[in-house]
Amino acid sequence: MMLKKSNNIFGAVRFYVFALIIGLLIAVPFYWMAITSLKTESAVLTYPIEWIPTEVTLENYASLFSSFSFGRIVLNSCIVSVAYTFVALVSCCMAAFAFAKLPFRGRDTILKIFIATLMIPAQSTLVPLFMIFNGMGLTNSYFSVILPSLFRVTGIFMLVQNMKTIPNDYIDAARIDGASYFKILFRIIVPLLGPAVATVGIITFMDSWNEYLWPLVMLTDTDMMTLPVALSTLSGMYERNFGVQMAGSLISIIPIVIVYLAAQRRFKDGLSLGGIKG
Amino acid sequence: MKNKNSKGLLTALPFLMPSIGGFLLISLIPILFSLALSLTSYSGLKGLDIFSAEFWQQNFVGFENYQKIFSGSEFWDSLLHIGYFIILYIPLMLASSLGIATLLNKPRKGSVFFRVLFYIPVLTSWVAGAIIWRWVLDPQYGVLNDLLAKVGIQGPGWLQDGNWAMVGIVLASVWKDMGFYGLIFLGGLKNINPEYYEAAQMDGAGKTQKFFKITMPLLSPIIYFALVLSLINAFMIFAQVMIMTGGGPYGSTEVIVERIYNYAFHYHKMGYASALSWILFAIVFVLTFIQQKAQKKWVNYDA
Repeated sequence: MMLKKSNNIFGAVRFYVFALIIGLLIAVPFYWMAITSLKTESAVLTYPIEWIPTEVTLENYASLFSSFSFGRIVLNSCIVSVAYTFVALVSCCMAAFAFAKLPFRGRDTILKIFIATLMIPAQSTLVPLFMIFNGMGLTNSYFSVILPSLFRVTGIFMLVQNMKTIPNDYIDAARIDGASYFKILFRIIVPLLGPAVATVGIITFMDSWNEYLWPLVMLTDTDMMTLPVALSTLSGMYERNFGVQMAGSLISIIPIVIVYLAAQRRFKDGLSLGGIKG
Repeated sequence: MKNKNSKGLLTALPFLMPSIGGFLLISLIPILFSLALSLTSYSGLKGLDIFSAEFWQQNFVGFENYQKIFSGSEFWDSLLHIGYFIILYIPLMLASSLGIATLLNKPRKGSVFFRVLFYIPVLTSWVAGAIIWRWVLDPQYGVLNDLLAKVGIQGPGWLQDGNWAMVGIVLASVWKDMGFYGLIFLGGLKNINPEYYEAAQMDGAGKTQKFFKITMPLLSPIIYFALVLSLINAFMIFAQVMIMTGGGPYGSTEVIVERIYNYAFHYHKMGYASALSWILFAIVFVLTFIQQKAQKKWVNYDA
C-alpha cells in the first residue's frame, strides 16, 4: 500500500516535469514572439537579448495598421474564411445527404472517385488552376479563394458517416407530411447533426484562415491579401524588422486560438480525425 | 426498376451539383490540364487557349520537360534535401508525439491545459510559425542561440548556414506538428482495451514488457499511418521553406513544391512546372497506394 502511494507521487512528479519541459519548448517561441512585438525597434536588435522587455510599446502594432493597412487585411481574412466555411458546409451537407440517404445508381462509384481525389496534392494542380482562374479574370478577387470550398472531400466523408446513423424514419415521416428533400436536409437532418456539422465547420474555418499557397498566387494586390499572404509579404519587405513581423503573427494567431478554445468541448476526437488532410 | 434508379439519380443530382462542380473545376480538369501542359514549353500565364491547334503546334515538346528534370541535378538535389528532412524529422516527430500521447493518456490535474498548449502550434498558420522560427533561430539575436550560449554551446548560423538551414526547418516542423501527431496517438492509446494490461499484470509483466508487448503492437497501425502521412507531407513542404530560407542558402533547402512555385510564378515556365507537379503527384500516389496495400496487413482490429 505504501509502495503504491509513493509510486503515484513519483508518477505525478514525472508527469509535471515532462509536461513542463515539452510545454516550455512549445511556449518559448510564442513568448519570444509576444515580447518582441512589444519592444521598441532598437530593443529588438540588442545584445545580450532582453528576456523581459525594459520598455513596453505598442508602436509595432500602430505601424502595422497605419503603414500596412492591416485592418483591411484582417477584414479580408474574416470575409474569406466565413464565406469559405459557409459555402463548404452547404455543399458538404448536400453531397453527404445524397450519399447517405438517397439511393441512386453509381452512388458508391462517385463517392469512391471523390475519396480518390484525396491522393491529388493541391500543389499538383496549382499551376493549371491558376491559369484557369487567371484566364477567367479572377485574380485578386475574394471569389478566387472562396470557390475551391465547393469541393471538400474530408467534410463530405465525415458528414456521410454521421448522417448514416440517423434513422430513415425521420425522412419517411417528413416525406409523408409532404416536405421536400431540401427542407428535410436543412430543417431536420442538419439540426440533428449539430455537433458534427459544427466540427466540420470549425475545421474548415481553421484551414481556410491558415491557407497560404493558393491565396499567395491568387491575391497579389496588397488590399486583397489575407493574413498569411500579407505576413509573408511583410516578412520579405521588412526582413530585419522583427517587431512588426511578430505583432502581425500574434494578430493572426489569436482569433484561431479563441475559436479553438470556444470549440474545445465539441472537438475531442473529431479534430484529429478531420485534421488529416494533405 | 430501371425507371426508379434513374429517378433516384434525378432526385440526388441537385444535391450533388455543388460538389461535382467543384470536383470538375478544382480537381479533375486541373490535373488533366496539368498533364497536357507538362508536354509543352508554354511560358504564359493564361491557359484558356490550350484547346487551339495553334497552341499545340507552337508549344508541344513531348516528354522533353521530364527528360530535362530527370537528367538535370536540380530535381535529384531537391529529393535529397527532402530525404535529409525526413531522416531528421521523423525520429524527432515520433519520439516527441509518442511522448506527448503517453504523457496525456492518464488524466491528471492540468492535463487539459497541456493538451491545449501542445495543440496551439498546430492551430498556428505555417506562415506565422515560420516567421516566429526565423526569429527564434536568428544567429545573433535569436532566443535559441542565447539559450545554447547559457549552457556553453556556440550555436551555428542556422538558416544562414547551408549545413544547418535544413536542421532549423526540421526543428520548426517538429515544434509545429508534434501536437497533431500526439493527439492522434493519444486517440490510439485510449482505444486499447485496459483488460490487456490487467491480464499482463496478473502474469507478472513489467512496465517495459507491457509497453513493447501490448502498447506498441496495438498502436502500430496508427504509428504506421502517421509515418506514411508525415512522409507524404514531407514531399509537400513549402511554407516553412519559402519563408524561412526561400530555398537557400545556395539552394541547400530547395524542395519540390518550392521549385514548382518558382518555376511557375517567377520564371513563368508553366510546362516545366507542370511536369514537376505530375512527378509530385506520382510520388504521393505511390506512397498512398503502398499505405493502402500494407494497411490491410497491419491493421489490428483487436484493440
